[in-house]
Amino acid sequence: MATVETRALRKRFDGVAAVDGIDLPVREGEFLVLLGPSGCGKTTLLRMIAGLETPSSGDVLIDGRVVTPLPPRERNMAMVFQSYALYPHLTVADNIAFPLKAHGMRGAEAAERVQRAAAMFSIERLLKRKPRQLSGGERQRVALARAVVREPVVFLLDEPLSNLDAQLRSAARDELQQFQRRLGTTTIYVTHDQIEAMGLGDRIAVLDHGRIHHLGTPREIYADPADTFVATFIGSPPMNLVETDDIITGFRPEQFMPIEALPADEPVRRFTLDVGRVEYLGADRLVYGTLAPPLPPSRVIARLPAGPELPVSTGERHEFAVRERDLRHFDRASGRRVN
Amino acid sequence: MRAPAARHGPTLLDDERWLGRLLLAPAILYIVLLVGFPFAIGLYYSVSDATVGTRTLHFVGLDNFRLALENATFWQSLRNAVVFTLVSQAFVVVLGKILAMALYRDFRGKWLVRFLILLPWVAPISLGSIGWLWIFDPVYSIINWMARGLGLLAPNAWPIWLGQPDLAMASVIMVNVWRLLPLATVIILGGLCSIPQDIHDAAAMDGAGFWRHLFLINIPLVMPIMLVALLFGIVFTFTDMIVIYVLTRGGPYDTTQVIASLAFFTGIQGGDLAGGAAIALFLFPVLVAVAILFLTLARRAEVT
Repeated sequence: MATVETRALRKRFDGVAAVDGIDLPVREGEFLVLLGPSGCGKTTLLRMIAGLETPSSGDVLIDGRVVTPLPPRERNMAMVFQSYALYPHLTVADNIAFPLKAHGMRGAEAAERVQRAAAMFSIERLLKRKPRQLSGGERQRVALARAVVREPVVFLLDEPLSNLDAQLRSAARDELQQFQRRLGTTTIYVTHDQIEAMGLGDRIAVLDHGRIHHLGTPREIYADPADTFVATFIGSPPMNLVETDDIITGFRPEQFMPIEALPADEPVRRFTLDVGRVEYLGADRLVYGTLAPPLPPSRVIARLPAGPELPVSTGERHEFAVRERDLRHFDRASGRRVN
Repeated sequence: MRAPAARHGPTLLDDERWLGRLLLAPAILYIVLLVGFPFAIGLYYSVSDATVGTRTLHFVGLDNFRLALENATFWQSLRNAVVFTLVSQAFVVVLGKILAMALYRDFRGKWLVRFLILLPWVAPISLGSIGWLWIFDPVYSIINWMARGLGLLAPNAWPIWLGQPDLAMASVIMVNVWRLLPLATVIILGGLCSIPQDIHDAAAMDGAGFWRHLFLINIPLVMPIMLVALLFGIVFTFTDMIVIYVLTRGGPYDTTQVIASLAFFTGIQGGDLAGGAAIALFLFPVLVAVAILFLTLARRAEVT
């Protein structure tokens, strides 16, 4: 277990900053998720922490010790790649044993550790196979077993679930979290999938254009996004934003309701909505509409339960409202949240 | 109801059966005319008494093969051919791997270096060999003059590169390595480029140092393609005589004579077509065996 920290970490590729001055403190035993759209610099950041990429400037610290000039093998971290990167010419057992052999461990102790790692992911029966004989889910388990076998102080995971089909993915997510809780190893996890991030992370760092926009718990990031990028990147459909004067007002689609659904004694902000389209999604309805004057004609979305209460139909003008305490305000020029 | 009649019948290009045959025809024609026909003639001559001047041929059974096997020069040539091939291929594979790894990295002007490395392969062999003839010249050898200028050569030493039995074999091996290195490099480089970067990164994360990475990951993964490069190299070297013909003509005292050059000197320059054909045919079973062996190995080592 260890803490990981980056200080003013920068990486330029051909003059373009992929990672642009990131200060990221990762706590001991924490499951930290780096979340962002593709090209936001999250993988580059992870690779610099791993030592696979040399920073243009700034430092990486493990347990308070600067490791920036050290090669990956002296950092005692393990990484799971999106492609799993299993060695195709080695059996599963040899794949798992490889990190041990590379650190000079052989014989009975190595064999026992391989057994234990394989048992942790229930892949004992696959030990004699080659990677090409495995399914996607099995490969992923082998990659995880190879990562844990050396008992590293930090796990780095680069979109390890994105090559699995949807059904396997939620099961794998569950397993991943359980084993991380059990080992208590500091984990940095890269993904572009916000469901994975919300479900797995103790904290999430939302990245865009090589910068951290918001570092916080899933709840904080969803409820109190630090800026309009985080507000619209997290949540599906995203937070509604309404621009008035110098302020942008934001509210989540599930907090945007017909006025009759809100208790009368609660302070609310009213919006008149011209309903454009109602989408039935089984459990929910999504109501797409445009705000009526005097507000600017912003396009907004409301998420309502699918039941027969609260009838809203296409083409009508309907009074909607949001509780005052659910409103968030952002500065129009900078996009930052204001109180 | 009758479907409307097609205005044209299917053209030749639409007919897969005939199109396939048409496209294969040039390759088959090439093999039959330029490989099969000479091979058949060779088989025919080797059991006859053909010389450059004869107009009628007589069947002599296996006499030509018996004569070849009784000839000490034949055995020396066979030995030389094996040494020439194995030693130069050992150098080609090791140097080719090193060069390929150097070229695999990104650096400024990489395309230029790649181009220069490929140059010996695209230059005509005879032209390159003539250049080497000058480099090895008994009087003007640039190697000797440079070594003397640098003080590396003792005052009375003056190696005659192509004239001394021990140096002559080393010299022709050196030229052959120079000639075959580019092809091997490019083939191995192709193999290296097909290994995903993630595998290298994973090995680095797992703590593999340079040598472990090289021998446990890198070389095993390019092995199938290295075997292909080796197979090409062996076939090219074993059957080739241009380097030897231009540089030493098999001399001095047959110390660089190989099967291919002996067959040429016996059959064409000596006029004994039948004897030359018999000698050349000894190449055939050896090369077939090499080809089968390596294709089997390459298939077994195949990964992914």
